[in-house]
This record gives sequence, structure tokens and C-alpha cells, in this order.
Amino acid sequence: MSNSQTQASSRPLLEVKGLKKHFPIHGGILGGKVGNVYAVDGVSFSINRGETLSLVGESGCGKSTVGKAVLRLYPITDGEVMLDGRRVDNLPAGELRPLRKRMQVVFQDPFSSLNPRQRLRDIIAEPIVNFGMASGSELDDRVGDLLDKVRLPREAMYRYPHEFSGGQRQRIAIARALAPGSDLIICDEAVSALDVSVKAQIVNLLSDLQDELGLALLFISHDLAIVEHLTHRVAVMYLGKIVELADRKTLFGTPHHPYTRALLSAVPVPDPTVKRQRIILRGDVPSPINPPSGCRFHTRCPFVFDRCKTEEPQLRDVGMGRMSACHLDVVPDQVPEANRQAVAA
Amino acid sequence: MSSSSPLLDIQNLQTHFGTIDGVVRAVEGVSFHINAGETLGVVGESGCGKSVTAMSILRLIQQPPGRIAGKILFKGTNLLELSEPEMQSIRGKDISMIFQEPMTSLNPVLTVGRQIGETVMLHEGLSAKDAEQRAIEMLTLVGIPAPARRVREYPHQLSGGMRQRVMIAMALACSPQLLVADEPTTALDVTIQAQILELMRDLKTRVGAAIMLITHDLGVVAEMCQRVVVMYAGRKVEEGSVEEIFLNPLHPYTQGLMGSMPKLGSSLHESGRSKLTEIQGVVPSLRKPIIGCAFASRCPKVTDACRQMAPAIEEKAPNHLVACHYAPRAAAAA
Repeated sequence: MSNSQTQASSRPLLEVKGLKKHFPIHGGILGGKVGNVYAVDGVSFSINRGETLSLVGESGCGKSTVGKAVLRLYPITDGEVMLDGRRVDNLPAGELRPLRKRMQVVFQDPFSSLNPRQRLRDIIAEPIVNFGMASGSELDDRVGDLLDKVRLPREAMYRYPHEFSGGQRQRIAIARALAPGSDLIICDEAVSALDVSVKAQIVNLLSDLQDELGLALLFISHDLAIVEHLTHRVAVMYLGKIVELADRKTLFGTPHHPYTRALLSAVPVPDPTVKRQRIILRGDVPSPINPPSGCRFHTRCPFVFDRCKTEEPQLRDVGMGRMSACHLDVVPDQVPEANRQAVAA
Repeated sequence: MSSSSPLLDIQNLQTHFGTIDGVVRAVEGVSFHINAGETLGVVGESGCGKSVTAMSILRLIQQPPGRIAGKILFKGTNLLELSEPEMQSIRGKDISMIFQEPMTSLNPVLTVGRQIGETVMLHEGLSAKDAEQRAIEMLTLVGIPAPARRVREYPHQLSGGMRQRVMIAMALACSPQLLVADEPTTALDVTIQAQILELMRDLKTRVGAAIMLITHDLGVVAEMCQRVVVMYAGRKVEEGSVEEIFLNPLHPYTQGLMGSMPKLGSSLHESGRSKLTEIQGVVPSLRKPIIGCAFASRCPKVTDACRQMAPAIEEKAPNHLVACHYAPRAAAAA
């Protein structure tokens, strides 16, 4: 698929610049607009061919909204989404259609994302038929090949989704996402609903498929341990913004942003001999309807100082290929002495 | 082990459900005990019977279609032989439960104060006014800010983490001796989970309750529990101290579970991306009686003996029970 574009291979497959998605809130007697949910508020990143970028963060941070906005499941408020150098966020439906076969999605819940009245063959063949890519016996061969790829028996073609377990259904959803020959697959919490042992099977399958087909993956998840296993780079989101973006080893080895550090330290470690220093964040994530002024993390940050409350920190390069959005990177002396000791620890 | 009898002693518990398609054997002969003040972890994947075990202890299983057999001894009394009014005087007072879904297990049309107060009015005969006072105390205890205002609020006005705190406040209102927590943090974000786990650890030392913690998250078990029971397909396959189970798992299922669980910090030890250990296949159906070892169809070490004869649960190392024909026995010196 991508052989014809060798000269463009240095260009990222997906580029997102300043993406914003605000959902209007309607209320009052006349149902007028009374406010916005600032779900995604200025997010930029890129993904190369054959690469996995993970978006991590807690519920409501906007990570799924980013995925859906990239897929153009709804129009975006502001920013640019470029697939292979071509802007897709403002394309009319007719021109967008051929590009749709290059971006596919795997959703979280395989019990609701597969039509219970369709046989596997029809579920997996639908994208192929839709784009007029094959028919007749060639179509059956393609569906069979896809089932081989996701390690399901070819006979499964004539069965219905309810005959399969959660893990098997997620394999079906992956086969369907691969069907039109996609280069980019967006996995929106694709393994979160699965049991531990099955999760491992699907995670291994995804990385095998990526190596085999050179797929780019946008892996949206709240499960940091899984992300660490399969990702190349990670973007940490908080309240609609990326607070830190780095490669896997840098981010997990030396987490930098106060939120990333708190997030990583909160994950329970399955080893009773390890006793960790934990940063417990107080309170809940504020509402994205009325996000805090300045740094959005300042209401829960253990290292907060005056500037954080008024001025919003920008995402900037802080060395080792790491991007971070924190005032501490610029003015480390601003921090009160007690807080600085906590930073060192 | 201590010489005194355990707080809760479950002997050969069997919970079956009659359905149109046949009998589902959700729990099939499980035995374990919980000592006073101890935290016992019960781990396993969906459908292994861990929640049904919890519901059986509190007799929350509707009978029929459910059928509970065996013995559940709480301080020497078999809960299965009590009448419903007798059970009601224990439920919520001596044994209470925290459910998984704080979004759905609170009543949306009652204030949280009313829901917390209900238990104390019922068990301790407090007046509505005193009950509200107790509810405020409980909300303070679980760390909810502005408890006097929150007590009059409805569940939808609270966040997920706060609702789970309300659930904990409700469960602890009568100072129970045993707290059954069924996946108390599964629906929560990690930073909120860390808050709730810290709260549960803190309250446990203050209230002195024993906790039966049901979870599929091995990380939570490692941080919270002293002993662990591993369940698979309605059976107990392994039991031991948390150190024994994590550092020296003997059952192939437990070993598989440990291997398939990704561990944070993995990127520091390996250069490239690593593969997770998979447990091949799927959990067997509980509709048909399982002959032989329940794990035989997925076990890497399976032999004919496993398919024909169910392994007995044996003590393979001090205080470490395993149900496997081939689990190695610790050195005889022990």
C-alpha cells in the first residue's frame, strides 16, 4: 500500500496540530447554548508508520475524544488532522470516503461493537464490500486470510458473534479493522474489558500484526502497565491537554511532569516485597466544563506555586526528546524549599 | 496459625444455579477461612466464582434458582442454617459488603445520609436525627469534604470516587467484624484507586475489621492482603501467604496469571518490546460437570492423569495449599 510513497516515508503518517473539540451544553427554557465542555483543548502529536503512540490518562481527560476526532466521527472545533500529509479534518464527505479505509478503529466493548445478527463473514467482509475491493470467492479468501491473521479458525466464518468469548470477539473486531488494508488503527481501550490472561493474548496479537503489516497504532488506554508493554511513545493527558510526551523508556523510567509521576506511583505493583513511595493526589479531576485557570493540574499538584494558578504552561522540549508542560521546567527556583525536597524524592 | 478459631470458616461451599440450559456450577467445593483482623485476597478471572462466593456468605443469592450447600461458619454459627430475620440482624452489622459499582449500587432517589443512616437506625435503633449525625461522622471518617452539606446530597451529585467513599461509610457504619469488598476499586481511576486503597488500609487499622478483598488486580492484592486464595472455574486452586503466592506460585494457573500480567517498569529491564506470557484457550463452561482438573484444557503441563482425576488440594509447603498433581513439594525439612 505504502510502497509508492517511499520518498514521503520520513513524513509522519498521522499529524495532529492544535486539535480542539468543545461540546456545546444546551440548557434554559429556549435550549440555548449555556456553555462548553472543553473535552480536548489544543492537542498536537504525530505517529509514524509502524509506530505505536499511546494516549493515557484518567476518565474524562479527553483521550477517547481525540481518537474519535481523528477518525472524524464528529467535526472538530479547531486544529488540523493530516493523514500522510493530506489535511482530512475539512474534507467533504465524498473525498474523505477513500481515506476512511486507511484509518480504522477497535472499540472497547466487543459485546456491543459487533452486530449480533450478522455472521462473522459478513461482519469482516463489510468494509471490503463497502469499498468495492473484492467480491465472490475472492472475498471469501480475503476473509479467510484475515481470520488466519487474528488466529481464529476459518470455519468460524459461518458463526455468529454470540458463539465467541470476549477475547475472540475482540479478534473479530481487529480482523474487521484490518479488512480494508488500513495503515492506522485506533484502539480505544481495546483490551480494557478483557480478563488478564486474554488481555495478554490480544496485546501480543496487536504487536505481532504491527511488526508483520507495518501498522501505526494510536493506543488509547488507562492501563499504564499494558501501555508500557506495547508502546513506542506515550502522551499523558490531563483535562483535555497533553502534559507530557516522551518515548516509552524515558517516560516510564524517569517520569517528569508532576501528574505523570503521581499517575505512575498510583499503579499498584504486583510484588509484595516492593514498598513504594506513593504520591497520593487529593481530590478529584475538576470538571472540563469549567477547567481551572492557569495550569489545569494546579488544583491537585503537590508542587503548585503562584504562577501555576494564573499562567498556563506550554508543552516544550525539556531534553531527551521529552516534551513537558510545567512551569517547574523553566523556573525551578520558584518552588518553595519544602516542595523542592519532595521533587527530589 | 493461631490456636483460636477463625472469624469466618467456609467449608466445602457449593453454589449452583438452576437454569433452562442446565445447572451452572458457579462455586464447586470451596473451603477457606479468614482470621479476625486479617485481609484475605480472593483473585481470579471473570466467572471463576469469586463474587458468587461473596454473595453466598451474605446469603444474597436468591434461592431458587440458586442453591447453596456446605457450611459457612461465622464465629462458629452456620449462616446457612439461620432464618432470614436472624440473617438480617447479621447483615450490615457483623458482616457488611462493598459492591463493585458505586454508580449503580446506591439508591438514586435517597440522600446519601439517609442511606448511611438506614443501617444504624435498623441495627442500633438510632433516631433519624442521631442517624444523620452518625452519617456525618462516617463521611468525615472516609474523608469527604464538607460532610454536613454532602449528607443531604443525592448520589448523582457525587463523583465516582466519592460514591465509593459513601459505600465504604455505609459498610462501616455499624463497625462490622468482617467486610466483604467485591472489586471495590475496579470502576475507579488509578489516582482515585490509590486514595480508596489508602483509606481502606487506614480504616482497617482503626476499626479492626477483617477484610475479604475480591479482585482481579494482582497489584491490589500485593499491596493490601496478607493471604491469597486463587480461584479458577469455581474451585480454589491455590492458597497461601501473599509472599508465597507471588514469589513462589506453584499452580500452573497462578503461574500463568502472574506471567500474563504486565508489570510497570518492564521497559527498564528489557531493550525491545517484550512478549507477555499467554494462557492458551478459554475458561471451561460451568454448565457441564468438569471431569478431572478444571485447568487441564489450558495447562501446559497436562497429562492423562489430569484429565481423569481432579487433584486434591494439598499442603505443598508450610501454609501453602495447591490443587495440582504436579506441583513440586517443598523440601521435607519444612
